[in-house]
Amino acid sequence: MEHIRTTKVEQVKLLDRFSTSNKALTGTLYLTATHLLFIDSHQKETWILHHHIASVEKLALTTSGCPLVIQCKNFRIVHFIVPRERDCHDIYNSLLQLSKQAKYEDLYAFSYNPKQNDSERLRGWQLIDLAEEYKRMGVPNSNWQLSDANREYKICETYPRELYVPRIASKPIIVGSSKFRSKGRFPVLSYYHREKEAAVCRCSQPLSGFSARCLEDEHLLQAISKANPVNRYMYVMDTRPKLNAMANRAAGKGYENEDNYSNIRFQFVGIENIHVMRSSLQKLLEVNGTKGLSVNDFYSGLESSGWLRHIKAVMDAAIFLTKAIMIENASVLVHCSDGWDRTSQVCSLGSLLLDSFYRTIRGFMVLIEKDWISFGHKFSERCGHLDSDPKEVSPVFTQFLECVWHLTEQFPQAFEFNEAFLLQIHEHIYSCQFGNFLGNCQKEREELKLKEKTYSLWPFLLDDQKKYLNPLYSPKSQAVAVLEPNTVSFNFKFWRNMYHQFDRTLHPRQSVFSIIMNMNEQNKQLENDIKDLESKIKQHKNKQTDGVLTKELLHSVRPESPTLKTSLCFKEQTLLPVNDALRTIEGSNPADNRYSEYAEEFSKSEPAVVSLEYGVARMTC
Amino acid sequence: MEFSELIRTGRAQAELLRGPGAPPLRGTLCVTGHHLLLSPGPQATSDLWLLLLRSVDSIEKRVAGDSGTITLRCKDLRVLQLDIEGVEATLDIARSIEALSSLESVITSFPFFYRPKGLRLGDAWHFHPPEHHYKRVARETNAWRLSEVNEDFSVCPSYPRAVIVPRAVDDDALARSARFRQGGRFPVLSYHHAPSGTVLLRSSQPLTGPQKRRCAEDEELLRAVLAGARPGARGFIVDTRSAQAAKQARMTGGGTEAKAAYPGWKRLHRPMERGRPLQESFVRLVEACGDLEQSMDRWLSRLEGCRWLAHVKEALSTACLAAQGMEREGACILVHGAEGTDSTLLVTSLAQLILDPLSRTMTGFQELVEREWIQAGHPFQLRCAHSAFSHARPKHEAPTFLLFLDCVWQLGRQFPLSLEFGEGLLLALFEHAYASPFGTFLCNSEKERCLCEVRTRTHSLWSGLNQPKEQRKLRNPLYVLNPLAIWPSVEPQSLRLWQGLFLRWTRPPEPSEAAWEKVWQIVTDKEKTEGSQPTVSASEPQP
Repeated sequence: MEHIRTTKVEQVKLLDRFSTSNKALTGTLYLTATHLLFIDSHQKETWILHHHIASVEKLALTTSGCPLVIQCKNFRIVHFIVPRERDCHDIYNSLLQLSKQAKYEDLYAFSYNPKQNDSERLRGWQLIDLAEEYKRMGVPNSNWQLSDANREYKICETYPRELYVPRIASKPIIVGSSKFRSKGRFPVLSYYHREKEAAVCRCSQPLSGFSARCLEDEHLLQAISKANPVNRYMYVMDTRPKLNAMANRAAGKGYENEDNYSNIRFQFVGIENIHVMRSSLQKLLEVNGTKGLSVNDFYSGLESSGWLRHIKAVMDAAIFLTKAIMIENASVLVHCSDGWDRTSQVCSLGSLLLDSFYRTIRGFMVLIEKDWISFGHKFSERCGHLDSDPKEVSPVFTQFLECVWHLTEQFPQAFEFNEAFLLQIHEHIYSCQFGNFLGNCQKEREELKLKEKTYSLWPFLLDDQKKYLNPLYSPKSQAVAVLEPNTVSFNFKFWRNMYHQFDRTLHPRQSVFSIIMNMNEQNKQLENDIKDLESKIKQHKNKQTDGVLTKELLHSVRPESPTLKTSLCFKEQTLLPVNDALRTIEGSNPADNRYSEYAEEFSKSEPAVVSLEYGVARMTC
Repeated sequence: MEFSELIRTGRAQAELLRGPGAPPLRGTLCVTGHHLLLSPGPQATSDLWLLLLRSVDSIEKRVAGDSGTITLRCKDLRVLQLDIEGVEATLDIARSIEALSSLESVITSFPFFYRPKGLRLGDAWHFHPPEHHYKRVARETNAWRLSEVNEDFSVCPSYPRAVIVPRAVDDDALARSARFRQGGRFPVLSYHHAPSGTVLLRSSQPLTGPQKRRCAEDEELLRAVLAGARPGARGFIVDTRSAQAAKQARMTGGGTEAKAAYPGWKRLHRPMERGRPLQESFVRLVEACGDLEQSMDRWLSRLEGCRWLAHVKEALSTACLAAQGMEREGACILVHGAEGTDSTLLVTSLAQLILDPLSRTMTGFQELVEREWIQAGHPFQLRCAHSAFSHARPKHEAPTFLLFLDCVWQLGRQFPLSLEFGEGLLLALFEHAYASPFGTFLCNSEKERCLCEVRTRTHSLWSGLNQPKEQRKLRNPLYVLNPLAIWPSVEPQSLRLWQGLFLRWTRPPEPSEAAWEKVWQIVTDKEKTEGSQPTVSASEPQP
């Protein structure tokens, strides 16, 4: 509170960043402890969470006021014009303070109160149970067991307490291996493929330097390959570009030497590091934020940002993993440097391709809990939750969501959830409204007592499930199917609904999904109605065998006349908005679009000049 | 001329590879006057495979040992490979295909021989006459009349017999105005926008020449247009060339309307690509789409380099400009470039689609294509002689019509509920424009069609498409009438490559087809549970 000096500014203008006309919405800006709120003259509200703010910029004073540009982590960019410079300055300073908190305890999640009691809160946290998930996969079993080595976070601080390892790997082997791995992140089970009895394991890079070896580590890898009864060799995927991995050797780290490990097949897959990804996204945002962007600049910008190339690299790595398991029946060990960024991407995406459970709403939550949250993807650092090192920020998880989106595009029937679900999750990894993504590892989360002080996101998403359902989902046809995405370059597209989710002028004006969703709902409703009425008819028949009544009843089954149907569809759109009702506007204003710049040409006061010229022309004739 | 002279080998044993998703076919290959057939033999389960020779765009032959390979690249962008037994047979078949696929004579082309079951000749040829369009205009305004000044095609060889013109201008004046316009294409009504009482006109460039000639009747015609609209109406001339190019055209006898000569009209230049650069853009895009191995960077730079999407953006935004002028500014719009048979039609037809809900229906859209492209004299035979694979030097080829279809597809993507037809219809139109068993897209103008007796001796594509069995492929199951104008976003982020067309044969179609099937299923379920009569969107088109 001490940061807020001005709580309300009137006559503030909000500019659309793509509109070329200088028309703006005028309204009032409110600053609260958690949000920046703009209410325009139509009473439309724009809420901006302080934690979503990535940067605030005060531009040079203009005649109409002082421009304030706010860029958000969820890719919203707002451009306010505050009439008085002093107000602008106050808001600017407040936002600078409020958007960068120094302590976890100051984050929104610790004050957010959705009016639930403690037991409801606890139930929310228990909704996703990883022990249950490993059971579903089929572990423990004769080859894999739960290890208590990390029960007290003694071996590895960034791993969860409960880890699954090969049954034949003894504790000394585990301890020895962890000492040979960066940050102690030794090879553990990430996903077990019950049918193939093959495993996806993950770890960090070995501390091999130029020649160091570790017998325990070699044993552990051997144990992993032995835990696969079908295939004795295993793949070790280093998800880094070879050059980076080689450079790490000079620092006493590196990669596995195939000669030292029996039965491994070593493979680099070349996903770039967090710094490359961060600047790639930066470039992408610069390009698509340009006003009056030409088609050619867009594509050359898209190319030079490298963003889609990186997305493809992640996808290709996941496909490599899937093929190793499905075609060769081999287990796979995945690592990068520390094993919490690229490794999480590849393991989770691979699991998603292999197992249709992860393509359901609940399954996807489990997948995130498992491969991202529990295995210590550093959400707080990568998302910049606190005022910390900007070099640690990187859109690694966003890339994962984008890969999933590409899969939903290629397999429109394979996923229970829709795009809105992915966007909502993306919204909340930055919002700090729920406890799930706070902190960098499980140990830290326990110390923060998140389960007692904050709420879990998942139950809230499940309550809203209707919004996130994919109406085309057919679980039966895809239940066993392993997804085999095609990664030919032209299958990768710019994800407009993510990077322009708040630029509504760029969106399709009508949403197919909401309409189909409504139809589906209606179908179900009508079927129920029919059943209902039929049972009523039966009752009546039992009471009195009067045919007239039946007829009347049957007549009332028809819910609407066909002529009504068209108008109904229009109404429905507003009844069930998906995510944002505005996305379904029909035939919006041409002024929203870029060709509106020509409107000025139209409205120039031309006739006077023309008639003058006309007069001259006549005279000379 | 007998086809048999061109057929060197009647038959050979061959295997056909049809790309991803389709199993190879083995059987007897046979060349006939118009087709390539592959008969899989009596015990095979699959049917006879048939390819219209006219749809072959380029042919490549290779021989090795005692067999050969022929690669056929088709006008619909499909690539087929035939492995043929016998070197001699391979070469002969290749030569036969080459000769037969490039025949230029219209009246010996397949449509003149095609007699499908269930269709009668002349069935649909009277679907969309100019009179039909005029009836609609006459219901809305009294300022226009149907003129038969072009009855014998002498005033303008590329116009239909009847055109809609201002009531105040008589036929003599029209004929004189025609002499002042390239190819005789004087300004005629393309669309009357009833809500704002304004009109969309099209013509070719005026023949002002270096002397800046003028034509009183032409000026009178445009004055009458403004007088016929609401009082005080202004007009805009959308020239689809740059100001520079329009000025240069004066050197070769063309030019553009002088401000002083046409009071109330103002010129706007919106340069659009046409002719050879457009064809090259198409060729380069198709080339890029055929390369499955390229890196992401290479793909993106080729997508950029071919400029196709930039042309889509140009076309859409010019059409939006025209539509906006009518709807928002209450102005009359005249569109022309040089000949007025390419980019002009692109703009006028797209503008109608944006403004007019009727043109977004199944019948309305067919009418639009018939009226604004076929009867308006887009030279289909010249423009669509070759598609993207031909090695022949392009002469008059240009994918203007394809660009139109792409723009319509973009509209359909941004307004998925507002078009009654689906991607299927657009793909069908693309295919048939380049090679078709129907006569609809034959020739370059109504005059030529008349001379060749296309109407009486071939079947109309429209009657072929409007058969009930085709409907599910062509319709949009989600259509609901949208009475408003549909304003698309023309930002590059909102435009997308039309994968359904350009990548149609290179990617497995199953997932999206299955999803489409599911949408149909949900829609038909809905109709069933409602237990009502078939609704508007599912009914048959009214003839």
